[in-house]
Amino acid sequence: MTIQALEATCRQVRRDIINMTADANSGHPGGSLSVTEILVALYFDKMNIDPKNPKAPGRDRLVMSKGHATPALYGVLGRRGYFAPEEFKGFRQLHSILQGHPDMKKCSGVDASTGSLGQGASIAAGMALGAKYEKNPCHVYAILGDGECQEGLIWEAAMAAAHYKLDNLTFILDNNGLQIDGSNNEVMSLGDIPAKFAAFGFRVIEVADGNDLGQVLGALNQPAEAGKPTCIICRTVKGKGVTFMENQAGWHGKAPNNEQREQALKELEA
Amino acid sequence: MSEKKATRVAYGEALAELGLKNDKIVVLDADLASATMTSIFKKAFPDRHFECGIAEANMVTMATGMSTMGLIPFASTFAVFGGRCFEQIRNSVCYPHNNVKFGFTHAGLTVGEDGGSHQAIEDVALMRVLPGMTVIAPCDANETRKAVAAAAEIDGPVYLRLARLPTAVYDDMPFTVGKGHVMREGKAAVLFTYGIMVEVCLEAADLLAAKGLEVTVVNMHTIKPLDEELVRALAARCHSVYTVEEHSVIGGLGDAVASVLVGQDGLRFCKIGVQDRFGQSGKPLDVLREYGLCADQIADRILADR
Repeated sequence: MTIQALEATCRQVRRDIINMTADANSGHPGGSLSVTEILVALYFDKMNIDPKNPKAPGRDRLVMSKGHATPALYGVLGRRGYFAPEEFKGFRQLHSILQGHPDMKKCSGVDASTGSLGQGASIAAGMALGAKYEKNPCHVYAILGDGECQEGLIWEAAMAAAHYKLDNLTFILDNNGLQIDGSNNEVMSLGDIPAKFAAFGFRVIEVADGNDLGQVLGALNQPAEAGKPTCIICRTVKGKGVTFMENQAGWHGKAPNNEQREQALKELEA
Repeated sequence: MSEKKATRVAYGEALAELGLKNDKIVVLDADLASATMTSIFKKAFPDRHFECGIAEANMVTMATGMSTMGLIPFASTFAVFGGRCFEQIRNSVCYPHNNVKFGFTHAGLTVGEDGGSHQAIEDVALMRVLPGMTVIAPCDANETRKAVAAAAEIDGPVYLRLARLPTAVYDDMPFTVGKGHVMREGKAAVLFTYGIMVEVCLEAADLLAAKGLEVTVVNMHTIKPLDEELVRALAARCHSVYTVEEHSVIGGLGDAVASVLVGQDGLRFCKIGVQDRFGQSGKPLDVLREYGLCADQIADRILADR
């Protein structure tokens, strides 16, 4: 796909995020809007996947460690053809495949059940370790939130990923700077995130604008470094694309009302 | 009966045996391989033993990731540290019903000298409350071998509760997950028990027999799913029901059996176990005695009820 087509897909997914959360009157728009380019770049360009064969053993895996960003994940999976976009209406509703947080047993395309922060990174490390043992050539991606890096488990997983030389593993950090109770620095300072991952033995790539598809793809396409896991740190904007949601912690887990939905959709028109 | 052996040793041996037959079996440990005895497997299959360092939560979640790649991981540590990664077990393993096995050793008071911080008396309660989790506590080395093999055949999470203390090894017994095994019969009372307390209860039964009281002893190796049919049948026959466990009386086999029998008239029911307190340091059998879990103490307790 061309960059223009990918950008159009991002706008479509953002409309899906707004509609899903507004319909459900529930969900997490802020961190979904920040991670949209990352997911679109992976599922529509980078990853070796086939929505018609979602369990293919050799497929690349993606673990949404920041599992609350289901509106973005479901938007991308639905638009990519894992399930019909009509399912979006069921988001967070009884008996839906689109649970509040990703459920690998209910939703096609979801490689790991996540939602409890910190665990997805560790699951992904286990997948990459299992892939090495099985001589499976797949690559494993995990998308982490920045606030999530306050979990000790992230660093346990990082230590293991370096120890086992998991060069088939890439963490992508959606670094939007905000979490529920405020900015990362107000809640619990993360310090120098690139230096921390580098110190743990990761190859670190920094992306100045993680909402720029070209920059995200450029980072994803850098050749792997043998024997080292990769961490791509994408500086993003929480609430990206909807002016009244941008850089507002308050939109972490709040759904737009109908008036706000209309306003947001207008901003996100194709 | 042959020489005594700890179920943790049998665990390591059983894994090595199973590893020969199935190359999907992998083992994870958290710097305790020489204590959980997965060192035996490690020696046989060094490339299939994954050391996770002192990071139990990461061990459990990595195991679930490995299971999604088609492997059958046995995550191994001390039972007391299962509580530390409880939420990982809940959300990353049990919620998606992934195929991860937990071989947690050093369960119960008979850890001994390490003391209360290391004596898990709540692990059965924690594990049996999780939907889809199978909970097995084998009574001896032979049963452990069968339980490990059975766990690998089950598609989903299995908790194996294993002990540090060497205990009696019985002649080969039938073992079916979810089916209690009657090891001694008598109508005066029925004792439901598991793990190393099977040996203790059989001793208690001998003491009671010497006083003219014949009791039934059931090795309830599978605490979940519980053999409810057997519980009902034996309660109806004996009218006097005891559960005996090296575990808190809260949330363990006692509560599981009680929930089957609740509301039945004319039953005497008693939970023998750790009475809502933590353990402490001491020689394993001294600790058992302090908590009222030696054979003579159990026999006296049953006699006192007559």
